[in-house]
Formats: sequence, structure tokens, C-alpha cells
Amino acid sequence: MNYRRLFLIGVPYVWLLALFLVPFIIVLKISLSDIALSIPPYTPTLDLSEGWAGIKDFFSKLDFDNFLFLKTDPLYWKAYVSSLQIAIFSTAITLLVGYPIAYGMARAPEEWRATLMMMVILPFWTSFLIRVYSWMGILGKEGFLNSALMWLGIVDEPLTILNTNTAVYIGIVYTYLPFMILPIYAALDKLDISLLEAAEDLGCTRTSAFWLVTLPLSRPGIVAGSFLVFIPVIGEFVIPSLLGGSNTLMIGKILFEEFSSNRDWPVASAVAVLLLLIVVVPIVLFQRSQERQAEAQK
Amino acid sequence: MRRFSWFNATSLTLGFAFLYLPMLILIIYSFNGGRNVAIWAGFSTKWYGELFRDQAFLDAAWVTLRVGLMSSTLATILGTMAAYVIVRGGRFKGRTVMSGMLYAPIVMPEVITGLSLLLLFIAIGLDRGLVTIVLAHTTFTMCFVSVVVSSRLVTFDQSLEEAALDLGCTPWDAFKSVTLPIIAPAVISGWLLAFTLSLDDLVLASFVSGPSSTTLPIKIFSAVRLGVSPKINALSTLMIAIVAIGVISASLINKRSVTKRLKDEQEAAAS
Amino acid sequence: MAKPSKTPVVFAPWEDETQKPIIQFKNVTKRFGNFTAIDNLSLDIFEREFFALLGPSGCGKTTIMRMLAGFEAVTEGTILLGGKDISPVPPNKRPVNMMFQSYALFPHLSVWDNIAFGLRRSSMPKDEIGARVDEMLRLTRMEKFAKRKPHQISGGQRQRVALARSLAKAPKLLLLDEPLGALDKKLRHDTQFELMDIQEKTGTTFVIVTHDQEEAMTVASRVAVMDHGKLIQVATPAAIYETPNCVYVADFIGDVNLIEGNSKKVGSDKYEVSWAEGQAALHGSCPREIADGTRVTYAIRPEKVAISADKPKDAANAIQGTVHDIAYLGNISTYHVMLPNGQVIKAQESNTRRLANRHFTWEDPVWLSFTDTAGVILTE
Repeated sequence: MNYRRLFLIGVPYVWLLALFLVPFIIVLKISLSDIALSIPPYTPTLDLSEGWAGIKDFFSKLDFDNFLFLKTDPLYWKAYVSSLQIAIFSTAITLLVGYPIAYGMARAPEEWRATLMMMVILPFWTSFLIRVYSWMGILGKEGFLNSALMWLGIVDEPLTILNTNTAVYIGIVYTYLPFMILPIYAALDKLDISLLEAAEDLGCTRTSAFWLVTLPLSRPGIVAGSFLVFIPVIGEFVIPSLLGGSNTLMIGKILFEEFSSNRDWPVASAVAVLLLLIVVVPIVLFQRSQERQAEAQK
Repeated sequence: MRRFSWFNATSLTLGFAFLYLPMLILIIYSFNGGRNVAIWAGFSTKWYGELFRDQAFLDAAWVTLRVGLMSSTLATILGTMAAYVIVRGGRFKGRTVMSGMLYAPIVMPEVITGLSLLLLFIAIGLDRGLVTIVLAHTTFTMCFVSVVVSSRLVTFDQSLEEAALDLGCTPWDAFKSVTLPIIAPAVISGWLLAFTLSLDDLVLASFVSGPSSTTLPIKIFSAVRLGVSPKINALSTLMIAIVAIGVISASLINKRSVTKRLKDEQEAAAS
Repeated sequence: MAKPSKTPVVFAPWEDETQKPIIQFKNVTKRFGNFTAIDNLSLDIFEREFFALLGPSGCGKTTIMRMLAGFEAVTEGTILLGGKDISPVPPNKRPVNMMFQSYALFPHLSVWDNIAFGLRRSSMPKDEIGARVDEMLRLTRMEKFAKRKPHQISGGQRQRVALARSLAKAPKLLLLDEPLGALDKKLRHDTQFELMDIQEKTGTTFVIVTHDQEEAMTVASRVAVMDHGKLIQVATPAAIYETPNCVYVADFIGDVNLIEGNSKKVGSDKYEVSWAEGQAALHGSCPREIADGTRVTYAIRPEKVAISADKPKDAANAIQGTVHDIAYLGNISTYHVMLPNGQVIKAQESNTRRLANRHFTWEDPVWLSFTDTAGVILTE
């Protein structure tokens, strides 16, 4: 009985410790190390064969140089600021695009809703990479959009959209739209129609009933959807690499490049630690709001 | 019966056009005879033929499939165990740490997870290859499985398990003959989610794969970095078709069983 | 603890010194952290009894049941089943079965397989299992539904399947956790009698948990009234109703008028209760000795209070008041009569006449009267 329980708890626990927490500690440690021309390409390495002296020696060699380096090189802090900026704007745009869709779904005839729901979920199961890629053919110089615009006579010269921040925004809104729609739809779907009827009965117009009743009551969905878009976008790597240009600075992309082309592991680790510090704030806020939400529903 | 208002109809039409047009264009142009992606040069399936003759793509697909099957199965076992422990395990030391570790990989940027796993594999001297990708994907996707399964376990009437014990089952017997059959749909959808995530993953695989174990997303990524390729269009079309068939048939089956259940219940109440 | 009741009882093993109880709670305490769910409780339950645990939610009645089934361990004390301590026996090895409040029917198994579930886990041969399941289906009149899944039958049918499943293994003891709670009122009444019938046929000892006092009174041979993890009174339904041992029990079971006053001994077990200035003292009895001047509560059931226009001549107790409210319930009417001191006493009358020729109406002056054996004097 007790062995079974120990086994049941132990196996997933040890797995997560070994493959999630320990790697994380390694990143933290390497971020405090120095780059070296060796394998592994950083120093110091922990040598337990020397016992306590080895441990002491190891800790005395750790420092914050990598973090100081990140401070001196404007590339990094520019990338942080730009990541946040892109995340904030794209979340806002996704909300503006997603809300009317979620609203339309919630107000659709009953027999349509399951189908509409499935149509939102379907892209979510489709490869992320392919969905981002599909825009490359549309936004390019000779792409579909430019051909269409020129054929319609709206522009004479093809627009440069691909490899700019505009393309990144389009890509983010496109790929993260289901994350915004689903929670808002869930909130709107729960909304009792008689509340709106009551508001109109008490003298609201249709529009003011929306602003005074529907919108405030769909707030939990808006909050959840915004966090679900905002958090992953900060560390996004695929979209800026494929749709963005050389001047698109996003921290996920920088980290990957720092790691794979420069092989500067300590700096890459320091970037990762700082990135984590940035996302931790919205993650904690999100969890708090979810808990409050769960509490309120009790 | 309510109908679509013009506002809702417009927003839904525009919204779904936005969601589906890019994929539609991709699918249509995968049948384009010409190399140029924006100029239609007649219907042709030649890119599909080229795709199937490209050994590198076939190898990558095989690696991806093996990784997906192995990691999603492992992740389903571990994730189900974790969900069971968290929902049913009662209080134990480190429960908070465990649920934190289960939640974190879902919200953490994948670049961080990928980097940290790679540094671990190097630190313990594990060669990068199929095994490391499976380990990475299992860790990442078991968290999703655990979310799906635990949301089912939370609504699961615990007295069903107690009834099984009361009627003479050992705890393991009760899990096997009562709990598992009832939560099976959640376990299966957990497995499917894990499998899809594994097939789709680029970031983790880029960090932890070796030269001999290129997965399909890595192959696609390196190909499309250079620009649009009709071969990739063909590959994408195939992947979209598989997912669409899977999701649509799953939702149809689900809808049928729900309607049947509703009908049964109405009849039972009327009898 | 149980007192001999006035109604003739044929089945009363608890009065027989030679009978061995099937279940014995010996100073059982159960704590969840700081919360004491069961507080030093001792209790005997006998074979073939239909024993009801009655109390408000959170009084510990479900905990008793779960300790018997083996889902909760005892903190202190022992529980004996047939003279043996059952604490080391896991739930799956106990000769005890439980019918769950939610029925806990396995949704993925048919009615037949649900009933056979426990038998398949015993050493019973296959053909005997089939015979036993069919027997259980006959007993609960569910033969026609054997192939259905739980969601394909109605609530009342589910209840019967749950009963059949828990009885299939012929347990020494059957525990029923609010077995009829999910049924509507009409069905509940019918099922209560069915339950008693099945209990009699199978001869199994039943322990039922309920918060519905009417249900406990109907089905049980003895009722244990509980509050805050303690047994307040254990007796036959009639004894509980007619001679409650405290205000809590009197108030919990049925409707009651409670009048506070000071007691004075006037006969062997006869007492007077003076309850208001200028009013005649109430006459009643109490088997226990009460010192003069003790603050007591005089409890009288509304149906034992007669209502009349004129003062009855030879009533032991008579009080005047005015009709304050009338609740017409069809078969009976309850008159709320306000006494001069502002207290309201309820009196019940059967409606043998039609509503139109009712005796009394609002604000009528009336007399309330009752005999000196109708009321009980309670010291707590």
C-alpha cells in the first residue's frame, strides 16, 4: 500500500526534478560562470572530488559579470523592451480582433455553436510552424497580398511587409487568436441573456447595455485571454525568425542566436534568467486572477 | 429560434476568413504547377511526388513519428500518474513543488526549457539524438496531459472508487476496472494532445536534437528560412489534412455520443 | 440507554441481556486535525436491526458509517464486528457493504455487471454468480433492465440497482448513506416500505444514515439522534418521539411546544411547572428525580393539545389565549395561539369537517387543554 503510493508519487516527481528543476539550476549556475574555450565552454566547473574546498572554490568564482555585460550592451535591453512592446501591442490587437468573433459565436444560434467552436479549435491543433509559414507566401514582395493589391490598383509598387515588425504583428495575432477567442467565448456563453433584457427593461439602449453589462461580465475572459497571449509572445522565437527582419529584436530570437551561432553559453543563460524574471510577473498575476476567479465561482 | 444578426455574421465571416484563408491559399498553391508561389501555373501534384522522393524529408518524418509515439506514450503514463497524485494523493511533502513543476513548463518560454534541457544533457554527457528529444518532449507534454487528466479527475465522483473497494477490489484493481475506464476519454485526448505537440515542436527539438536526428519541424524551418517552397506547401497540406480529419471526426463521434446519451436519459426519465 | 417503550415491540434484542451485539463501538473517537468528528462514542447494534443514525449535516453520522466501511481509521477506541476488532481490515476485505448516497453505479458497466461486480471479486463460481445476480434483480424488480447502462434508467431504478449491488455479496452489515436523498417525495415514501420489506426478506443488518427524521422514524427499529459527534439518544422511534430525553431531541424530531418554568414535585413522578405569573402551573411527569425549583422545559406535541371555545371541565392543564394564525394543511390545521405572556403555542386538529364550517378564526379567544401524561418535563 505504502510502496504503491511512494511509487506513484515518486516516479513523476523524480522525473520533473531531474528534467525540469535540475536543468534550471544548471542554467542559473552557468549564467554566473565565465566563457572559456573548452568543453563545456564555460568555467568554473564543479569538482566534487576536491570536497568542501572544491565547492568553496566553485562558488567564489561565480559572479554577475554576464548580467553586467547585458547591461552594457544596448542590444539586450533594446531586445527586452522591444519584446515587451511587441507583446503588449499584439495582445491588444488580438483582443480587438478576437472579441467580436467570440461575441458573434456566443450570440450565434444554438445549433451553430459547436461547429463554430470546432472551427476555432482546428487551427489550434494544426502545426504552429505551418500556420506562421503560410503568411510568408502571402506577405512577400511577390506574395499573394501584393498581387491582389496591385491588381485592385490600390498600390503601384509592391509593399514591403515581410521581414518587418508589421509581419510579426500579423503572425502573432493570427497564431494566438484562438487563445483569445476561447476564454472570452466561455465567459460570454455563460452570460445570462435575461441580464441584458433586464438592462434594456431598466432603460439601457442596446449599445449601453453592452458597455454596462456584457463587457464588465466578460472581463474574466478578457483577462485570461490576454495573459494567454501575452505570456508566450514575450519569449516567441519562431514568428520573429520567419516573419521578422534583421531589425526585429525579440529576446527569444536573440537567445537562440546567442546560443547557436555565438556559442556564448554563459551569456545565453543570463539572457534566459532575465527572460524568466520578466515572464514571472505576468505568470504570477495570471495565476492570482485565475485563483480569484475560481474562488468567486464557489 | 435566434438568427445571426448582421453584425455577428460580419464579424464571424471576417474572423474565420482571417483564420482560414492563409491555410486555404497554402493548400491551393501546393497544387500549383509552377515554382513561383503567387502565379498560378496550372494544376499539378508534382510537388507531392518530389516530396515523397526526398529521402531527407522522409527520414525526418520517420524520426518525428517515432519521437511522437514514444514521448506521448511516456508523457501520458507520467502525466496521468502526476494528475492522480495531485488530485487524489492527499497531502504529501512537496506537493506544492510538484504542482508548480507541472504548471511551469506550460507557461515558460520554450527557449528557456530547451536551453536548460540541453545544458543538462551536456552536463551529464548524454549524446544528442532521438533519446534526448524524447526526454525533452516527454517532460514538456506530460504537463499538458496532467492538466487534461486532472480536470477530468476533479469532476470524478470519488465514491465510485470507494464503491469498488467496498465490493472487494484492491486499490490497483479499483483503478484498473473503475477509474481508468471512466477517465479513458481524457487520457486518450491527453495522449493526442501530447502527440500533436511533439509533432509540432520546433524550439525544444532545435536545442536537443543531434545531427543524426533531425525532426520534421527542424527540416521545415531550415527550408522555409530561405523562402517559400512549393514542396513545403505540399507537406503542409498533408499535415493540415491529417489534423483536420482527426479533429473533425473526433468532434463528430463526440457529438453523436452526447446526443445518444441525452436521448437515453430522456427516455429513462420518462419510463 | 434505551427505555422500554409503551408500544408493544416484538423485535427488541437490545433489551435482551443474552443477545450479543453484531457491532460494538467502544469509546470511539475520530479527529480530523483539530476537529473532533466523533467524541468518545459507545454504541451496540444487534443482528437484523434496522438502525438509523439521525442528525443534522456535520454531526458525525457519515463518519461513523465510513469508519464501519473502512474508509476512515479510528483515532481512539475500537470497533468490533462480531466480536473482532476490524481496524486492521481494509475495506475490500470487510464483510460490510455500502450503498452510496450518489449510488456510485459504474457508468461504464451495465446493470447486470454492476451487480456482479462484487461477486466477481469473491471466490464464487461463475454459474453461481449468474444465479445470484438474477436473484438480486428479482428482489429489486429490475429483471427487465439488466442490460441497460446506469444512464439509461431512472433515478428510482438506479437506487434499486445500487441496493441490489450492495446486497449481492450477502454482507453481514449493509450501510446506507442517505439512500433515498436523491428521490422525490412521493417515490421516497414508496421506497421506504420497499427497503423495509427487503431488509426483512434478507435478514441483513441495516445501518442507515439520514437527516430526514420522518424517514428514520418510518424505517428504523432504533434511532440514534446525534449532534456534534455525540449520541444524544438511542431508542425506538416511538420512545424518541414520546419520551425525548432532552430539548434537542424533542425539538429535532417532529413539532413541539416548549414552555420554560420552575418545577415542583407533587407526586411519585409527577411535577408542577410554574411558567408565568398569574397562570396555573402545568402538570406533567418525569421518570427522573428533579429538585424543586429547577429550571425545566415543559414539552408538549401540538397534536396533543386540544382547542375549544369554552374552558374544558376536567382537563389537567388548561390555558386561555387568542388565535394568532391558522395554517391549513389539508388533512390537519395548526392553530397558533398566543398566550397572555406573548408566547405562541401550536395546537393541531384533524380536519374532519370541510373548511367552510371551521370552528375558529383569527382573534377568537380559545382554550388550550392537555392531560398530565401528554407532556414531558425536560431538564436540559
